[in-house]
Amino acid sequence: MEKMPHWADVLLIPLISLLLAALLSALVILAIGESPAAAFNLMVEGALMRSAGWGYTLYYATNFMFTGLAVSVAFHARIFNIGGEGQAMLGGLGVALACLYVPWPHWSLALIGASVGAALFGALWAYIPAILQAKRGSHIVITTIMFNFIAAAVLNYILVNILRPVGAMDPATAKFPDATHLPTFRDMFSTADTILFRGAPANVTFFVAVAACVVVWVLIWRTRLGYEIRSFGESETAAKYAGISPVKITVIAMLISGALAGLMSVNTTMGESERLILNSTEGAGFIGIAVALMGRSHPFGVFLAAILFGFLYQGGAELALWTSIPRELIVVIQALVILFTGALDNMVRMPLEKLFLALRKEGA
Amino acid sequence: MDFLSLFDLSVLDSTVRLAVPLLLACLAGLFSERAGIFDIGLEGKMLAAAFFSAAVAHLTGSVWLGLLAGITASLALSLLHGLASITFRGNQLISGVAINFLAAGMTVLVAQDWFHQGGRTPSLIGQGRFSPIELPLATTLKDTPGFGPVYHDLISGHSVLVYLALLMVPATWWILYRTRFGLRLRAVGENPAAVDTAGVSVVGLRYAAVMICGVLCGIAGAYLATALQAGFVKDMTAGRGFIALAALIFAKWRPWHALYATLLFGYLQAISLRPDIIESAIGFTVQIQLLDALPYILTVVILAGFVGKAIPPRAGGEPYVKER
Repeated sequence: MEKMPHWADVLLIPLISLLLAALLSALVILAIGESPAAAFNLMVEGALMRSAGWGYTLYYATNFMFTGLAVSVAFHARIFNIGGEGQAMLGGLGVALACLYVPWPHWSLALIGASVGAALFGALWAYIPAILQAKRGSHIVITTIMFNFIAAAVLNYILVNILRPVGAMDPATAKFPDATHLPTFRDMFSTADTILFRGAPANVTFFVAVAACVVVWVLIWRTRLGYEIRSFGESETAAKYAGISPVKITVIAMLISGALAGLMSVNTTMGESERLILNSTEGAGFIGIAVALMGRSHPFGVFLAAILFGFLYQGGAELALWTSIPRELIVVIQALVILFTGALDNMVRMPLEKLFLALRKEGA
Repeated sequence: MDFLSLFDLSVLDSTVRLAVPLLLACLAGLFSERAGIFDIGLEGKMLAAAFFSAAVAHLTGSVWLGLLAGITASLALSLLHGLASITFRGNQLISGVAINFLAAGMTVLVAQDWFHQGGRTPSLIGQGRFSPIELPLATTLKDTPGFGPVYHDLISGHSVLVYLALLMVPATWWILYRTRFGLRLRAVGENPAAVDTAGVSVVGLRYAAVMICGVLCGIAGAYLATALQAGFVKDMTAGRGFIALAALIFAKWRPWHALYATLLFGYLQAISLRPDIIESAIGFTVQIQLLDALPYILTVVILAGFVGKAIPPRAGGEPYVKER
């Protein structure tokens, strides 16, 4: 028997967790000597009330959708992929190679090429920890953490020693050719009289991310492979008994996860900086964990949670600009969300379950 | 070619200095993981301790009060980890991730609020820092050939926390393998149900282990900010918590091996600061990035079981649920 109705599980618990996180964040802001209400207004003003603000919010949300989906797919197979950051870094390398060395005639083809490159490199970086977990039992959380650091070193080496243009000082590749320039929201939605999304980095990759949400939903709930991934996550022994190979599912789930994390770099590297820089991921791989937990590993939940975090990121930047609250407030909020929706889930869940059980007894 | 310069006294000296925070954090993780609680929040606890030790040492002028504050901050995060992973039986890995972010964000937030220096503390001076201790006869023996310089430059002249950290290795070994508490602690990481059957509290033991972990991480963080460097800067742990985690796997969760592993990783950090020495010693340049990544690569190799398999405590990461 279910202890509480489904809607409470997917809506009420994340909402309560979010409220708890918001409450604590408000206390933190109060302790710094700023007004939480004013801060919230400023965040809404800066992130949602102008089209440029939305342009940033959706740009960040695009990153978080990809990394959130990456973590979610692995979660369905009960694998904790903490290596999204490294996989996204390598994905950036795939984007850079595709953009720099292939003479694309049009941005749409370049987008496809760069996406393939990003997904391939991200998946490759996830493949090694996956195969080590599946075949040799190495704990995938530890190996993916290690691979984040190794990825940073690899990227550092390649940018400084190989891809850096002659004479350039900063560790970055050359600017990508003009043909690979992706249309921004400003290019797409502005008319002759009104310019929308001025200066904002949101670009066509956002729609790729939305499509990815749909594809992942179909994959997880409407295909045989998705069924196998979910059964493996529910019970490894039962899955084995049903003839599902643990090695195959672990590797495939991680390949998809790594590919999704890698795709994030299309947005940052091709859509925004238009060259590969060090630290282009800016921790988005880790935010994927918060997004996946918040979104209950469901693509639609991930979509909403990613927009929420996009809002927090853009709002946080506004706060840092206009008040004495540093950007790190967002890191704290992110930590609280992970804490309440992930680690302290039972703290929220147990009293609620008791409440619903009591209500049901009264009703009966 | 001058191969011996790779083991120059100055390199070995910085090896010890750089290995100490790794060693303390590694032993911290050892207590926690031996009791069955995975802890990937070592980094965050060190960071919080580094900030609060530096901040309090600066405000009070006493490094000892700073150390106390650092340990307290680290303990508070340990308690949170215990609450999430023991009491509420949540996911220990996710809790660790949350703690790392909480520390990364809060330290900068509080530092900015208290000191307005862009997320750092003012530099520590005088009594605000741990000063080097000169061991007896170090200057007299300095000119003795062979032993003298080693004693003077390498063994003597560290801060008290360095000696404390080194003493913690036999102490940890003794606690784990020669006391009743240690036996129970190891048992609770392998088979908590058996410990429960024997009438010993699983929850109590695990909290004790997590608290010891907090104290050691606190000392490690305080060492970073008040002994190795003079003050806190944003993200100053720089992945040391994860290198310590790597060292713990490398050491296969054993105290003496933790010392060897952290010395090895400390050595890698020390020579990566001296590319000139590497070049003169082996005749070609080794990429710094390779040296930086080496601890992680070695750990993956060990984890993969190609060179002796690392098997973690059996009940690690599993919340204990009493059967009803």
